[in-house]
Amino acid sequence: MAEMTPTGGAPADSFRPIPPRPPPSSAVGPVRWVRENLVSSPLNVLLTAIGLYLIWLIVPPLIDWALVSADFFGSSSDDCTSDGACWVFVGARFQFFIYGFYPDPERWRVNIMFLMLAAFLVPQFLPGTPAVVRKWLGIFGLTLYPLITAVLLLGGVFGLPAVETGKWGGLMLTLVLSYVGIVAALPIGILLALGRRSHMPIIRTICVMFIELWRGVPLISVLFMASVMLPLFLPEGVNFDKLLRALIGIVMFQSAYMAEVIRGGLQGIPKGQYEAAAALGLGYWRATGLIILPQALKMVIPGIVNTFIALFKDTTLVLIIGLFDILGAVQASIVDPAWGRVAVEGYVFAAFCFWVFCFGMSQYSQGLERKLHTGHKR
Amino acid sequence: MTDIISMQDPNGLVDGHPVDHHVGAEAMIQITDMNKWFGSFHVLRDINLTVHKGERIVVCGPSGSGKSTMIRCVNRLEEHQAGSIVVDGIELTEDVKKIDMIRREVGMVFQHFNLFPHLTVLENCVLSPIWVRKEPRRQAEERAMALLERVKIPEQALKYPGQLSGGQQQRVAIARALCMNPKLMLFDEPTSALDPEMIKEVLDVMVQLAESGMTMVCVTHEMGFAKTVADRVVFMDSGQVVEQAPPSEFFTNPKSDRTRLFLSQILKH
Repeated sequence: MAEMTPTGGAPADSFRPIPPRPPPSSAVGPVRWVRENLVSSPLNVLLTAIGLYLIWLIVPPLIDWALVSADFFGSSSDDCTSDGACWVFVGARFQFFIYGFYPDPERWRVNIMFLMLAAFLVPQFLPGTPAVVRKWLGIFGLTLYPLITAVLLLGGVFGLPAVETGKWGGLMLTLVLSYVGIVAALPIGILLALGRRSHMPIIRTICVMFIELWRGVPLISVLFMASVMLPLFLPEGVNFDKLLRALIGIVMFQSAYMAEVIRGGLQGIPKGQYEAAAALGLGYWRATGLIILPQALKMVIPGIVNTFIALFKDTTLVLIIGLFDILGAVQASIVDPAWGRVAVEGYVFAAFCFWVFCFGMSQYSQGLERKLHTGHKR
Repeated sequence: MTDIISMQDPNGLVDGHPVDHHVGAEAMIQITDMNKWFGSFHVLRDINLTVHKGERIVVCGPSGSGKSTMIRCVNRLEEHQAGSIVVDGIELTEDVKKIDMIRREVGMVFQHFNLFPHLTVLENCVLSPIWVRKEPRRQAEERAMALLERVKIPEQALKYPGQLSGGQQQRVAIARALCMNPKLMLFDEPTSALDPEMIKEVLDVMVQLAESGMTMVCVTHEMGFAKTVADRVVFMDSGQVVEQAPPSEFFTNPKSDRTRLFLSQILKH
């Protein structure tokens, strides 16, 4: 210690930096965490005690209801004998929750859709996946996958029997709606955001009007318009699919929101980045695609994922135009008199499905943020 | 640290090329009666300036005098409203193709570096050669590494700009501009945002570049650099070119009283 301190008396130029020492034990590890977070003041001690009491009050009965005294096996309401949750109901209606009215012999087509989705999504979550694989899986998911899936689910070609969209339902419909919504809303949103910042007055005006129009109306009225009003304006005989109309409505609506999120990112890019790109001879599209957008999108990943999650949950609104997504399927099932009071079980199952997907998106976005962080704070 | 110390070695800076003045050579930049307004504010007034090929020009003057705006007009980061600017025989007009042609020939280094933070140092350097000049990646990377070597930071090639010091970032910015093989380099206060310890490493690179015969226009407050490197010093105030002269004359015998006042202010310390 003593020889480290450069005290007076010694001649100049013998500066030696003090080597770093570990902090005292009270400032690290679980001890510090408990001290700082649980018992740092009398008030905190009190709050900790109340918190523990509430946990003790809520968690054990919940576990008891959901797991310990619940019924898992059986085929009808008669098998639900205990006073816990009747998961038998979910098991019995599972097919309906997943596939809706999609005809039984054709459900393998839906299963292929699920499998492909898992096949290109799961590697994105695994840390060991090589970047090239990630990239190509991503490109597949954004381009070929929606096309293949559309052919597969609709049928009518390659000897596949056609399945009309009115029979689609359950989790499958939820995924179709939100996947198309996500994949289409992002690029349209990017174009709208760029258009709104354009120097060309006509393009800017069109984009502003589009965004403000769609943001100004509730999604529920967009869907209602799409399903009820739109056919009135179309000429006689022209009629296109209800699901397609709902999809267009959702995409337009969400792309307007997406545009504003992305515009927030574009505004965060310093002017110097545009100037450096211009000085290097990059034109508008190259500068935008190579310099501006990668940074702007990275900056607003939380906002983009937030919009995606909202979109995913908003798809349940198609219920009002007679499409049965997973929540719709659950709701239709719990009123079945053959089952007693199973509403809670049904809703818990639906909530769990939504949670799995939304939490997955959230985790993915956090992983993405960590990966793209390049040590630059600006 | 060792990097900076080794750069102070004068042997590394002098590579034996005699400094020739190129007077009477072809013009690289020809600015004639150029005027510019920001809204109703008249920033540049009747600018006339010729820069010959191979010439090193230092532009100085008080802040707000229009120095930066003037050199930003040369690669059209700013638009001029009257007069003409001819760069390497191409006149700057609304024509986007001509602007692109000029930008391809003119490198620029900014006060705040303006590196692309989402790309590594090497990617920063090869981006424009690959996308604008359509060079094969391998060839662009080889040249970029050679240039990073020249600015003495090849070991940082795979890092991101955010991981580098200000001086290192500015040297990357110089290398990035040089990767386009420019005929002319513009420097817009390249050392103004740097810590005193880092200014020298950037100036050393600029001196080295000047000695290689590059045509350079530098807006800078580094009077030492002006004295040793510049062929001509241009002094600006209130959007006008007040005086231009070789540094020997400019610093010892300024003609205008405005120049004299400026020099007395900055050389006092």
